[in-house]
Amino acid sequence: MPKKVVSGNYAAAYAAKHARVEVVAAYPITPQTSIIEKIAEFIANGEVENLQYVPVESEHSAMAACIGASATGARAFTATSAQGLALMHEMLHWAAGARLPIVMVDVNRAMAPPWSVWDDQTDSLAQRDTGWMQFYAENNQEVYDGVLMAFKIAEHEKVNLPVMIVESAFILSHTYDVVDMPEQEEIDEFLPPRKPLYTLTDFENPFSVGALGTPADYYEFRYKIAGAMEEAKKVIKEVGREFGERFGRDYSQMIELYRTDDAEIVFMGMGSLMGTVKEAVDMLRSEGYKVGAAKVRWFRPFPKEELYELAKNVEGIAVLDRNFSFGQEGILFNEAKGVLYNTDARPIMKNYIVGLGGRDLTVNDVKAIAKNMKEIIEKDELDREVEWYHLKR
Amino acid sequence: MIEIRFHGRGGQGAVTAANILAEAAFLEGKYVQAFPFFGVERRGAPVTAFTRIDEKPIRIKTQIYEPDVVVVLDPSLLDTVDVTAGLKEGGMVIINTEKTKEEVLEKLKKKPAKLALVDATTIALEILGLPITNTSILGAVAKATGIVKIESVEEAIKDTFSGELGEKNAKAAREAFEKTAVYEL
Repeated sequence: MPKKVVSGNYAAAYAAKHARVEVVAAYPITPQTSIIEKIAEFIANGEVENLQYVPVESEHSAMAACIGASATGARAFTATSAQGLALMHEMLHWAAGARLPIVMVDVNRAMAPPWSVWDDQTDSLAQRDTGWMQFYAENNQEVYDGVLMAFKIAEHEKVNLPVMIVESAFILSHTYDVVDMPEQEEIDEFLPPRKPLYTLTDFENPFSVGALGTPADYYEFRYKIAGAMEEAKKVIKEVGREFGERFGRDYSQMIELYRTDDAEIVFMGMGSLMGTVKEAVDMLRSEGYKVGAAKVRWFRPFPKEELYELAKNVEGIAVLDRNFSFGQEGILFNEAKGVLYNTDARPIMKNYIVGLGGRDLTVNDVKAIAKNMKEIIEKDELDREVEWYHLKR
Repeated sequence: MIEIRFHGRGGQGAVTAANILAEAAFLEGKYVQAFPFFGVERRGAPVTAFTRIDEKPIRIKTQIYEPDVVVVLDPSLLDTVDVTAGLKEGGMVIINTEKTKEEVLEKLKKKPAKLALVDATTIALEILGLPITNTSILGAVAKATGIVKIESVEEAIKDTFSGELGEKNAKAAREAFEKTAVYEL
């Protein structure tokens, strides 16, 4: 299979091309812009057929155009970041509510003010309740693989929900790394053209999108989305397994476990910072620490069952959140604690707020966190539940 | 794993140099990672870029704090930036300069184990007609470090710049490769 050295953003653009997307509607914003620039270049060079690029005046319109395109049966794609994603918010509900399998790449960027272009997960996590699935990529390969899998999962007849593939600002988006891209024919076999259940252009079978849902019906519409999200867990695992069989990279686990078998302490987190965590795990292991890493790939639907299986066998979980919910705590920490409340798996859990606005999480930081967790476990007492680890002192 | 840090000024192509070096190592079957300092870039301001090269996939996602090799594209940076900050014991510094070894060492805060000097600006002006030293300095990197072959650098340059531009830049790299002086200290 051909390998290329590409940035995370180019990996996303190539994946959209290889997925044979038919409509791209997008508005530029740093650090996302090079995704849609690359797609525009594919079109300008005549490298893609049957791809309509719709320039729009805002992210709100970008998503609206994707909704229209997807409702006609087209495979639609867009990309954005931070304020752009926030501006799209209304339309995100709309896309999921209309059950449209749109795929979007969000390049995680800190919300302003103060203005920042750097990595922070709060922009995507603030879209938690829109009905979009969310996949967090550790590296450029996962950005590429994620986009290809996302269409297959989103378009599955039991799912029909949009997917957000999330990558880190600069740490992935502008970093060049080796990405293995299968041949187009192999991808076409994995991801055949979309077969929509309904399309607005099927004039023999007219239907409406976005009609009124009175109290007599609205409730059941929500229940169906909830069911589709549950169903999506099975589809994610099936598609992830098939991807592994075809291309050698298995994604059948919604939480990727690294050296957790006999681990006492597990670092849990999402996205690019988990690459550095794995590096630190290897170093800590060689120093005698029984540590492992649990990378949450899918935040929606949330992998409750996998988290429970992990939590049963460990003494402590350090949740690393590059995000924060004001007035509460790190968002992944909050979710993970909630999952375990009604179970018999109750490890000590501590939340480390790290790397907001692009501050670097280093191997030494992870080592220091391991030492802190070890002390907590030995004393069997939390020093504090939430620690702003990177705060200047 | 080998970690390389590039220092340049906005517009000199330090980020492109980091990418081309990664591409050259990739052509030799290595795993690579190349990225800019995650800042807001302006023409003329100091710029930093990084390359990692390894035999296995590279998982670490942090900036490079303790480089094995430091590459300086602009000699004036020696007066304002501590280019040797964090340089590993046994590390190497490669500088574009017309100055002598002694003059350069006076400006470095830390004495490296190896120093390589090349007047890349003159080479770039002669061959490209522009003082853009990112491709010529890579010839010096190939010569001084042996991390990549000069042929791979030439190929990676031609992959990056098409046609005559690629040929000229590859020639600048080859010229710098021939003219780089390497000192064991």
